[in-house]
Amino acid sequence: MPPRPLPSRFSSLPGWLAVPGLLWMSVFFLVPLGLVFAISFASRGTYGGIVWEFTPSNYLDLLHPLYGKILGQSMWYATVTTALCFVLGFPLAYVIARSPVRWQPLLLLLVMLPFWTNFLVRTYAWMILLRHDGLINRFLMALGVVDAPLELLYTPAAVVIGLVYGYLPFMVLPLYVAVERLDPLLVEAAWDLYASRWAVLTHVILPLTKPGIVGGCILVFIPSIGSFITPDLLGGARSMMIGNLIQHEYLVVRDWPLGSAVSFVLMAVVMTAVVLYYRSASRTDGPLEGR
Amino acid sequence: MRHSSAGLNVVSLLAMLFLYGPIFVLVLYSFNAAHLSMAWRGATLKWYAALMHDEALLAATANSLLIAVVSTIGATCLGGLIALGMDRLPGRRQLLIEGTLVLPLVIPEVMMGVALMLFFVMLNMPLGLTTVILGHIVFNIPLVTIMLRTRLRKLDPALGEAAADLGASSWQVFRYVTLPLLRPALWGAILVAFTVSLDDFLVTFFTAGPGATTLPLKVYSMIKSGVTPEINALSALLLVLSMSCVGLALHLQRREV
Amino acid sequence: MTTPSTPPLSIPDGSRSAKLPVIEIRGIVRRHGPVTAVDQVSFEVRRGEFFSILGPSGAGKTSVLRMLAGFEDPDQGDVLIDGRSMLGVPPNRRPLNLVFQSYALFPHLTVFENVAFGLKMRRVAPPLIAEQVREALTMVKLLGKESRLPAQLSGGEQQRVALARALVNKPAVVLLDEPLAALDQQLRQEMQVELKSIQEQAGLTCVCVTHHQEEAMMMSDRIAVMHQGRMWQIGAPREVYERPCNLFVSRFLGVSNELPGRLEGLVGEHRRFQPSDDEQPPLLVHPVSDEEAGRSATLSLRPEQLRMTHERPARPDPLLRGRIEKTLFSGSNTKYLIRVGHDRLWEVRHRSGTHLPPFALGEPVFLSWSASDGRLFFE
Repeated sequence: MPPRPLPSRFSSLPGWLAVPGLLWMSVFFLVPLGLVFAISFASRGTYGGIVWEFTPSNYLDLLHPLYGKILGQSMWYATVTTALCFVLGFPLAYVIARSPVRWQPLLLLLVMLPFWTNFLVRTYAWMILLRHDGLINRFLMALGVVDAPLELLYTPAAVVIGLVYGYLPFMVLPLYVAVERLDPLLVEAAWDLYASRWAVLTHVILPLTKPGIVGGCILVFIPSIGSFITPDLLGGARSMMIGNLIQHEYLVVRDWPLGSAVSFVLMAVVMTAVVLYYRSASRTDGPLEGR
Repeated sequence: MRHSSAGLNVVSLLAMLFLYGPIFVLVLYSFNAAHLSMAWRGATLKWYAALMHDEALLAATANSLLIAVVSTIGATCLGGLIALGMDRLPGRRQLLIEGTLVLPLVIPEVMMGVALMLFFVMLNMPLGLTTVILGHIVFNIPLVTIMLRTRLRKLDPALGEAAADLGASSWQVFRYVTLPLLRPALWGAILVAFTVSLDDFLVTFFTAGPGATTLPLKVYSMIKSGVTPEINALSALLLVLSMSCVGLALHLQRREV
Repeated sequence: MTTPSTPPLSIPDGSRSAKLPVIEIRGIVRRHGPVTAVDQVSFEVRRGEFFSILGPSGAGKTSVLRMLAGFEDPDQGDVLIDGRSMLGVPPNRRPLNLVFQSYALFPHLTVFENVAFGLKMRRVAPPLIAEQVREALTMVKLLGKESRLPAQLSGGEQQRVALARALVNKPAVVLLDEPLAALDQQLRQEMQVELKSIQEQAGLTCVCVTHHQEEAMMMSDRIAVMHQGRMWQIGAPREVYERPCNLFVSRFLGVSNELPGRLEGLVGEHRRFQPSDDEQPPLLVHPVSDEEAGRSATLSLRPEQLRMTHERPARPDPLLRGRIEKTLFSGSNTKYLIRVGHDRLWEVRHRSGTHLPPFALGEPVFLSWSASDGRLFFE
């Protein structure tokens, strides 16, 4: 068959229908975003207002070690979170993709369901577990592993646990797609050709599921780096992340220009990750844009 | 032949335990009679009963539902029209629109909250229910559009042509072919938008004034002001609420023809 | 707009204008960017006729069909149906219906609702719809399956629904886009017969696009051969097969055994043809009035025109020597590939059960034919 000459599209309705919605997105999304960008180059008035004078000083202020520490810390937490999600998520995705076909939708649903529930509530659940008199400490003491309760809550570890908990589904889904597409016969062929289990993993499975791995890692990294609730509830004053810094500058210090500058640094990090994601997805079929 | 070894299964089981353990504990302890301790003191419904008598909480519930309903309706209309309209635009413009719509989904929510707050403050709009609803529509439009577009893309373009060939006008094609085929996805989108709006904390946090407390805001302030057993009960209720919305959405999507 | 009328499903108004063309295509051109998909195509389709547009993939035949249906408009030229220009008329206002290659059955509607769709769009009264749908389903033998969904039907049944959905509207023309391509071989052959008989029974005018030359020849009253956007030849199947206008048409419609050479002087009633391969003796070909001696040409013969013998035949027919290179047995017949000269393989078929002497691999043979059978194509 010759290719369809005209790009046949489904909708029979005219294009201008999109206008109101797009207008809405422009007014209530793009304009506010531009506003934040503009303010990031203004400076703070004496009483918290904005002085419209172009200055890059807010961005220069971010070089201060205090801010630098928070930025670096955020990157570190997000990276560790991504790695842990991979370690937990890959076996899970593999087992789901290789389970009987009729079970797969249910198993995937089980993985996704927590994601669709209230994030605040899920984070709060960890507070119950990690508290001084929380379930984990009681459990450890009952077993006699420790004598006094451990400081679990308000630590970097608590933040990372909360982030892994929150974003694990983002890792499992693209990995599942990648493993599901991997022909099991390839694994058998490698086995047949004298590969050990480890060699099968490193020479066949990982290279062939690489697009899913890259996709999953980026999908976990993006929300982790920008998180606010998790470090706010589970982290202490010393495990602040960029999101908390933004909120702090806006609502507590009321230094809007500095807060805006922090926002745009964060946005730059996120957009880099997004671009990487679409690059990796465009080479194969992305898990988000199944074509 | 299956290749998943025992090791893989164990890790998967642990991962599942990790996902559901905390939720389970939370729900379980919402029935604990003990007041301030994690020790189990027998089952009770008194924390749920206490919720029913909390006037502020009932007001927050009403706010949450109002915001969710209005923003879902708004976003479904606006986002649905984008999905239907952009189908007919040239490819490059479609890419541009898609990019604009993906942006709100990927940028940190803190940023969206901050940007909206700044915008409203600069316009001298008093923060309150209105500003929250305006903001919720912003993050729900992309969700609706993307879900509907995914479905539209899966439909055979020949179906629309067949309808036109059989004498249907543009409107009739929409009414008798596009809309029925889109219906499950539309219901799915509505439920997802509703759930996301109901659960949203950050955008609401920045755009709600003192008068517009929602359920998540209430939960947050309860957590911050000290843990009380009522939070467990409220949290459990919120979990059940969003899970049932999603369950329903998935059920509807499953029936796609 | 014509008002929905309800004559029975049979020849609508054959008496009125049996000879008038239903479709007239006048010099249509269709460009897609730099590619000219359809280049100056003109043809007519007569009432009650089964007209096939035959060509390989990318020949532009689907474009022609889409311009007829109204999904595309030509860049030049005109499309007339019943004498009215259709330019700018949207598909839903054109008096013809298309059977899609993928069938495009509405997955959310039952068989009945699918077939009723066109009538419903034209606001035909429900009792009439029920009656006409029933009639159409009877014709395609699907009565009793009205309440099934398309997904619950076999491929052949889906094909029938697609057909019923088009013909229930009593269109001036039914357009068929590769109608049987999605069916397996056996079902395809059954449906060819059935489609043809439905067409004859209902007196339908059909325009069918296909790349399957046997199917086109079996079902069509006339065939138009398309290639690279052009329509090369239009005619009855036998005419196009036996008197192709050029080498492409000759090759596309069947096996063409070819021999390039040069025309020389007259020999009695015939003309002498010297193959380019000098090892071959000169041959006699039928005389064609206007060509001169010295022109290069290619001689083409169909397998069934050739006689293959062990011995040199006695008659003074044109004759070539060859050697059996391959024998391919396929049940009902045996195909022989014969090396003729250096680089040419000719094909001859012998039906099984005819008591022709068997030929062995490597055996030298004589191929002969009647001088008036060979067709000459000039460069």
